[in-house]
Amino acid sequence: MSLPVRVGTLLAGFLAVVGGVIFVVIHYLLAGPPTVDYSAGVTPDSGQTVSIMLQEDAQNTVTSHPDWVSYFIKDPKSHQWVHTTLFKVPAGTTIDVTILGYDGCTPLRNPFWGKVTGTAGDVENVNGTPVATLNSWGSCSVAHTFSIPSIGLNVPVASPTTLKENNSLCGTSPCTSGPHTTVTFSFKTPSAPGDYFWQCRVPCGLGYLDGFGGPMQTIGFMTGEMEVVS
Amino acid sequence: MAAPPAQREPNHAIRIGFTWLVLALAADLLIWFVLGPHLPPGGLASQADGQRFDIKVMAVMAAPVMIFVLLYFAYSIIVWRGREGDDDDGPPIGGNARIQTAWITVTSAIVLCLFGFGTYELYHSYGAGAGEGPSPIYNPPGAELTAAQQMAPWSPGKPVVVQVIGQQWRFTYRYPQFGGFETTYLALPRNQWVQFDVTSIDVIHSFWAYQLGVKADANPGVDNVAYTKPTQLGRITVRCAELCGLWHGAMFDYGQVMTLANFQSWAGASNARFASVTKLLPPYATTYDPTEIPLFKLGKVVKALGLFGAGGGYYPPNDPSQP
Repeated sequence: MSLPVRVGTLLAGFLAVVGGVIFVVIHYLLAGPPTVDYSAGVTPDSGQTVSIMLQEDAQNTVTSHPDWVSYFIKDPKSHQWVHTTLFKVPAGTTIDVTILGYDGCTPLRNPFWGKVTGTAGDVENVNGTPVATLNSWGSCSVAHTFSIPSIGLNVPVASPTTLKENNSLCGTSPCTSGPHTTVTFSFKTPSAPGDYFWQCRVPCGLGYLDGFGGPMQTIGFMTGEMEVVS
Repeated sequence: MAAPPAQREPNHAIRIGFTWLVLALAADLLIWFVLGPHLPPGGLASQADGQRFDIKVMAVMAAPVMIFVLLYFAYSIIVWRGREGDDDDGPPIGGNARIQTAWITVTSAIVLCLFGFGTYELYHSYGAGAGEGPSPIYNPPGAELTAAQQMAPWSPGKPVVVQVIGQQWRFTYRYPQFGGFETTYLALPRNQWVQFDVTSIDVIHSFWAYQLGVKADANPGVDNVAYTKPTQLGRITVRCAELCGLWHGAMFDYGQVMTLANFQSWAGASNARFASVTKLLPPYATTYDPTEIPLFKLGKVVKALGLFGAGGGYYPPNDPSQP
């Protein structure tokens, strides 16, 4: 084998290895769900209100884990549902949240999280009715929660309540029809910029230890971050 | 030609001993009076103060030993180094019974003293703030170890019982003597014994109330008891000290040591605030097992859907499985 061929082979092999490493870093280590931006055009601490919309589905048909429950967030510009749990909001601003609850009920591990805290008036509106506490053991009432521990926010997201509804849940995500609840509430973002993690407290990781693996520990499904910007 | 007079060997033991004495004394005084007041975990509670005292005592005992070793090392390099033209072998060294006996005696005495001191400190401070399991060896007066005892209303002289419940990714605190409410905020009265009954409802966590000198593992199905007595008003930082999942690093919260009157006022207000959810909680027990929901608490539709437990209990047949 001539010298140019050997050098060429060595170079090609080297580039293949480097390319492989770059591919792995970009696609597996740095890749993540997108961030939905609700802060554009809003001045922090200005008294303006921002409305955000989420939905939670019993499954998702948009990833390689179709049996994982998942949140979706609606992009305010495109009005499309985005498979992510990352969103950006302005600091010191009132956030009006709407969550469409398309999933069925599941008892909370700790019924304590059935109490609404950290919202305006410590209540949520379930289909327009103010509610302060949901009993997830005594009634089919809670599907998931939307909790930001560092600001004391905890909202049990109501589920359809009847047996019939729970047996005919939406099967294609993001859901646009099927039994669901509409949960609304308001809270104020902290004045300090930063990343505030949020999570679900219902053990909805089907097939995982205590129901707290899989989607419960994966950003983009049942936990994520609220980025507060100044 | 007459041989040159032999050079008189200095008394190395006195040199080393005197230098060591001066350095060790200086180090111990600095440790005790300068560094000591700033050593962790502070003095907010008797257990924290006791831990700081223990660290000071151990540092004061260890410093002279470390200084002796380093001093002897440095002295050897400086005084007994090979000099130019000195190609002779060193003198043969045999055993020295006095040095060996002294070394064994001194080190044994130090270890035995620390053993006695440590045991006394554990006994004296009722476990030194560490989790002692469900049957503690060291108990302060009036310790409440059964659920029935813990649910009796609090009265002066009894420890304030706080059940610490670890869950991904937050600690909650239940106060069985004050109506049984549960909260995310840890409030404690000053100058009262506090009994933490630490447990978990999912994976293993570790309750670390830094300024209180308390650290106790939170294991599911286990009641891990730890005691402390806050002696100063101040802020408490609580962290999870056991890697427990994605947001372990964010599993921390803050609490407060307050006056007894303020604590009782806070407990009353919290009891009222959380009344709507307190009645939904499972009956108080020293552990907290959510995998089997009491039948009388199960709703009709929940039962019809086969949801008899919260997590684990209704994921047959392959639960638990790991990815």
